[in-house]
Amino acid sequence: MQSSNAAAGIRRHPSVVLRAVRFVLLIVGALAALVPFYYMVIGALQAKRDTSLIGLLPLPGNLTLGNFGEINESINLLQSLLNSLIFTAGVVACTLVFGLLVGYALAVLSFRGQGLVFALVLLVQAIPFQLLMIPLYVMVVRYLNLADNYLGMILPFAINSVAVLVFRQYFLQIPKEVFDAARIDGASELRILRSIAVPLVRPAVLTAMLVTFIGPWNEFLWPFLVTKNGAMQPLAVSLANFSQSNGTFVDNPMGAVLAGACVLAVPVVVLFLLFQRQFTSANLGSAVKG
Amino acid sequence: MRRGVQVPQRGASDGAVAIRSRPRARRLQVWLGENPLGIALSAPYLVFVVVVFLVPFGFGVWMSFHDFYFTAPGVEVPHPFVGLENFVEVLGDPVVRQAFLNLLIFLVINVPLTIVLGLLLSSALDAVVHAKAFFRVSYYIPYVTASVATISVWIFLFSGNGVVNSLLGDLAPEPSWLANPALIMPLIAAYVTWKNLGFYILLYLAALQNVPKELHEAAQLDGAGRWDRFRSVTLPAVRPVTSLVVLLSIITTGQIFTEPYLLTGGGPNGASMTPALLMYQKGIQQGQPDIAAAIGMILVVVVMIVSLVSRRITEGKN
Repeated sequence: MQSSNAAAGIRRHPSVVLRAVRFVLLIVGALAALVPFYYMVIGALQAKRDTSLIGLLPLPGNLTLGNFGEINESINLLQSLLNSLIFTAGVVACTLVFGLLVGYALAVLSFRGQGLVFALVLLVQAIPFQLLMIPLYVMVVRYLNLADNYLGMILPFAINSVAVLVFRQYFLQIPKEVFDAARIDGASELRILRSIAVPLVRPAVLTAMLVTFIGPWNEFLWPFLVTKNGAMQPLAVSLANFSQSNGTFVDNPMGAVLAGACVLAVPVVVLFLLFQRQFTSANLGSAVKG
Repeated sequence: MRRGVQVPQRGASDGAVAIRSRPRARRLQVWLGENPLGIALSAPYLVFVVVVFLVPFGFGVWMSFHDFYFTAPGVEVPHPFVGLENFVEVLGDPVVRQAFLNLLIFLVINVPLTIVLGLLLSSALDAVVHAKAFFRVSYYIPYVTASVATISVWIFLFSGNGVVNSLLGDLAPEPSWLANPALIMPLIAAYVTWKNLGFYILLYLAALQNVPKELHEAAQLDGAGRWDRFRSVTLPAVRPVTSLVVLLSIITTGQIFTEPYLLTGGGPNGASMTPALLMYQKGIQQGQPDIAAAIGMILVVVVMIVSLVSRRITEGKN
C-alpha cells in the first residue's frame, strides 16, 4: 500500500488512460445534454412521425417545415410570442426599476425604516411560492379581476429580492466620496441616482436584464393558472395546452408540439450562447448569496 | 402618532413653513433619517410586498382554517372557522399521502444522482484543458431551456411508440414508461436531474477551482495517491456545495408541477401525483381552495423539516 501510494505520488502527470477516460466522460455528458435538442429539431422537421434509428436521421424524404405552419394555425404562434414578450418585458422592467430604486436606497441612503425594508427583502425570498399559489390565485382572479390580463400575470413576479440584493451589493462597491462630491456640487439625490449611480452599475443592469428574461419566458405554472383565453396565453402555456389536447386534427401532432418547442426554446438558447458569461456568473452568485 | 401627521404639513408648503417651524422640521428630519428620499424610493416596493406576499400569505393561512369555497361573483357567503378540519381531511386522504411518498421516491433518486454526476463531471471538467467552454455551455443549456419545451422531447422519447421503446424493441417495459407506476417517478427524477445538472456542475466547478494547488501538492509530497487526495482534499473542499445542492434539490422537489402535469397528469393511478399538482386539482379544478391551502402549508412545513435535517447531516460532521 505504502509503496504504491508513493509511486502514484511521483508520477506527476496523469496517465494517457486516465486522460482518455476523462475526455470520454465529458463527451458522454455533453451528448446526454445536447442530443434531446437534436431530437427536438428533427422531430419538428419530420413530415411523418418516425422514431426508428434510421428515421431519426435527417432523411430528405421525411423533412418538412409544415409542422411550424400547423402549430401556428393551432395556437396562433405570433400572438403567443407577443404575449410571452409583453409578460417578460413587464417582469424585467419591474425587476430593474424596483431593484435599482430599493437597492440604491438600501446601499447609499440612510432613513428611518431602512432595517425593516431590508428585512422584508429577505423575507420575500424566504416565502415559498406553494404557500402563495392558491390565495394569490383567489385574489388575482376572483377579487382583483385580473384573469386573462397581463397585469395579473406580471404581479407575483414584479418584485425580485435577488435583484434588489445584487444592485445593493453593486451600489455598496461605489466609493462614498463619489456621492459626497456630487452632493457638494448641489446634485439632488434623485439626480445622483440617475446620472451617477445607475451609469456606474450598467454592466449589472445588463446582466440582471438577461437573467430575469429567462424566468418569465419559461414560466408555466402561474400564467397557466390565470389565463384561460387562448389569445392572452404566453407561448409556454398555449403550447402546453395544445400538447395536452393531443391535437388530433393535425397530421403529425408530436411534430407540431416539437415545432412549438423549438420556437419557445430558440430565443433563450440564442441569448444564452451570446451572453453565457453573464448568465453563469450571475446565476451562481444568486445561488450562493440566497 | 403626532409625528406622523406632520408629514403632509411639510410637503404642502415647502420653504416658508420650513423656516418658521425650524425646530419642528429638524425634529422631523431627525426622525425620518438623513435621506427621507429612501422612504419614497422603497414605498412602491413595500406596497408590492404587502399586496403580493404578506396579504396572500395571511389569506392562505386563514383559508386553511376556514371553510372556503368559490361562489358566483358578488355573492356573500359565510366562511365559518373549522379549526383543523381541513388538515385532518388532508392527512387522512390516501391520495395526499401518495403524493408526499412520490416526493420521497424522487429525492432518493435525484439527490445522489445529482451529487455523483455533478462531482464526476465537474472534476473531469476542472482537470481538462481543451474545449472547457464547449462542455460548460453544453451542460448548461438544458438548465436555461423552458420545461414545457424539453418535456415535449421527453414525451417524444418515452411515449409508447417513442424513440426509446423503438430502440429497445422487445426489451421495452410493459406497460410503457409513462403508464408504468414503477417507472414514472424515476423517469421524472431523471428528467429533473438532466435539466438542472449543468447548474450544479458549475457550482461544483467554482468550488474545485478555489481549492489551493498547494493542498494537492502537499498531499502528494506526503505520499497520498489520487484517490486519497480526492477523499482528503477535494471532498472536504466541495462539502459546502454538496450541502447547498441537497438543500436546493429539496426545495425544487416541493415545487414539482409541470413535469407530472404534462407527462401524465399525475397518473397512472396517482403514481406521479405531487403535492403542487394536487393543490391545483383540488384548489382550482375542484373548487376546494381551503383544502389546497392546507396541503400547501403541510408541504412547506415538510420541506422545511427535511431541509433542516439534511443540513444537520451534510454539515453536522466536523
